[in-house]
Amino acid sequence: MRFLFKTDYGQDIRLAKHGGHVFWYGLLCLWLLAAPWLLSEYLLAQLTFILIYGVVGLGLMLLAGFTGLFSIGHAAFFGVGAYAQAVLTGYGWPFPFALLAGAALSAAVGVVVGLPALRVKGIYLGIATLSFGFIVAEVFSRWESVTGGNAGKTVGAVKMFGWTADSAASFYFVCLVVAVLATLACLNLLRSPTGRAFVAIRDSEISAQSMGIHLARYKTLSFAISAALAGIGGALYAHQIRFLSPDQFDIVQSIDLLLMVVIGGLGSIHGAFLGAIFLIGLPQAISAVKDYLPQAIGQAPGLKAVVYGAVLVGFVLFEPLGLYGRWLKVRAYLQLFPFYRKGLFRRQKSFQKSERLR
Amino acid sequence: MQFLQLVITGVAQGCIYGLIALGFVLVYKATETVSFAQGELMMLGAFFGLAAMTLLGLPFWLSVLAAVAGMALFGIVLEALVIRPILGQPAFSIVMLTIGIGYVARGLVTMLPGIGTETHTLPVPYKDQVWNAGGLVLAVEQMVVIAATAVLCVLLFAVFRYSKVGIAMQAASQNQLAAYYMGIPVKRLNGLAWGLASGVAAVAGLLLAPITFVHANMGFIGLKAFPAAVVGGFGSLPGAIVGGLVIGLVESLAGFYLPEGFKDVAPYVVVLVMLWVMPNGLFGEKLRKKV
Repeated sequence: MRFLFKTDYGQDIRLAKHGGHVFWYGLLCLWLLAAPWLLSEYLLAQLTFILIYGVVGLGLMLLAGFTGLFSIGHAAFFGVGAYAQAVLTGYGWPFPFALLAGAALSAAVGVVVGLPALRVKGIYLGIATLSFGFIVAEVFSRWESVTGGNAGKTVGAVKMFGWTADSAASFYFVCLVVAVLATLACLNLLRSPTGRAFVAIRDSEISAQSMGIHLARYKTLSFAISAALAGIGGALYAHQIRFLSPDQFDIVQSIDLLLMVVIGGLGSIHGAFLGAIFLIGLPQAISAVKDYLPQAIGQAPGLKAVVYGAVLVGFVLFEPLGLYGRWLKVRAYLQLFPFYRKGLFRRQKSFQKSERLR
Repeated sequence: MQFLQLVITGVAQGCIYGLIALGFVLVYKATETVSFAQGELMMLGAFFGLAAMTLLGLPFWLSVLAAVAGMALFGIVLEALVIRPILGQPAFSIVMLTIGIGYVARGLVTMLPGIGTETHTLPVPYKDQVWNAGGLVLAVEQMVVIAATAVLCVLLFAVFRYSKVGIAMQAASQNQLAAYYMGIPVKRLNGLAWGLASGVAAVAGLLLAPITFVHANMGFIGLKAFPAAVVGGFGSLPGAIVGGLVIGLVESLAGFYLPEGFKDVAPYVVVLVMLWVMPNGLFGEKLRKKV
């Protein structure tokens, strides 16, 4: 483990910073490739869900973590992708074309949301996306000829060019390929001028603008890419769950997605996947310890909400950088070992800077 | 006649939205943060009132007072324990924090054995009474909502206009740091703002309870108060009430004149149109930045 002291621009934008990265990510890839033979059917399904939510998380991370625009209605894009996939594969489209078409549709919807959202900032944007999420959820439940309404819609297996992903393992590999491609695309985007423009907008809109960044264009682009990734995740989700109903894409799901990126760690690609692991793993962990708790607590219906809320509150209070931030701190501790001092990462500000004048 | 009836229903419902939105605006004005837990505070207030009436057997007025005072105290404690440590962080952290608080509140109430999963009726003295006025059927519950909202508005207006605390709050809301330099105890005022918002939420909960029911998920109505706050202009107290009325009216009329399904999305359509046409809302403050 090492921190690099970068001395030139090329070093800053390199995909793998040093040999250690190549080694560890290579090992991770090998493990992921071998996973169907190492894991039970159930765990493999969970891993597939982690990859799917990871892709959605990448999209939201790009928007929230890197461009600084928060969307409290991301489940809408997720749903658009899922229903587009369900409808298009229903017409017999091969999987890759349906996926891309769904992503394009999501991106188009993202632009439609992003354009009016340019006029508003901060919490207004949150409320605008929240409203949009509500409207789309209502459309999903009312537009029965396409979405099947509240009765739901079934989705078939992944089919492309005469090949059908009929086993859990084969669908897992489809998800793995999509997730790896999406991650690489995001990493490459972030080291391109576009990605750097996103980060500049997050850090200070005014400075970004004065550096010649077209705010409207890049914000819309960010919405579009984010929505496209959410749509791709939704398409995979449709195949994994095989049955879509509007309540899978409501406000609760949107908040879950936000919770995922916040807990994973805003502003890091790792965070999207760590958050997905957390989001999928927490219900399992709760149901695992449920039986050891006293009857009154363990069997109570609200337990999951309490744990979710408490974890979220705890993370915002004590670890605003999320799981990935915690990992960085542990790493810094190990690296600086004898010289680590307490309060190295303590937050300093105790006043709210006025956001109204931003 | 039908139309007038719908308007009255809409106004009564709008008052509830307005009261919850008032809570958002109070917190927003004082601390520049948005509390997503306002609906849950309302739910807690309703449960508080229910407990005071049924468990302690207090008379109606005393339990209302107890609920409001208890929730105000709860708000102050909540601010001191949870909100204050992250002051100075981006506004979004507080949004996530209050979402988390909302989850915890809802979950904890649901976990109460035998109480949390049931729906309860609040035994108010004016339950199910109806006035007939020239062909109009006026439910007393709705009249009480409208009257109580009006009284509360006048009270809040007086506090912010004439009392020292209220003026200090306005000062702190414009620039926390500058207010602090002028000797205004900003932290204490933040706590007070949360207390006030929680108290208002408790009133909203107690007023809503006779119309619907007391239930752990009744806080979701708080999500409809966001459109109210935005339509009125997020930082404006009268705007919150007016926005609430607009949303209530739109919802009530859309429920009758438009096809099924539009009732639930009408407030959100209104808010999107509003953000598009007038991002500052009807009563929004217009601030200019000098570079």
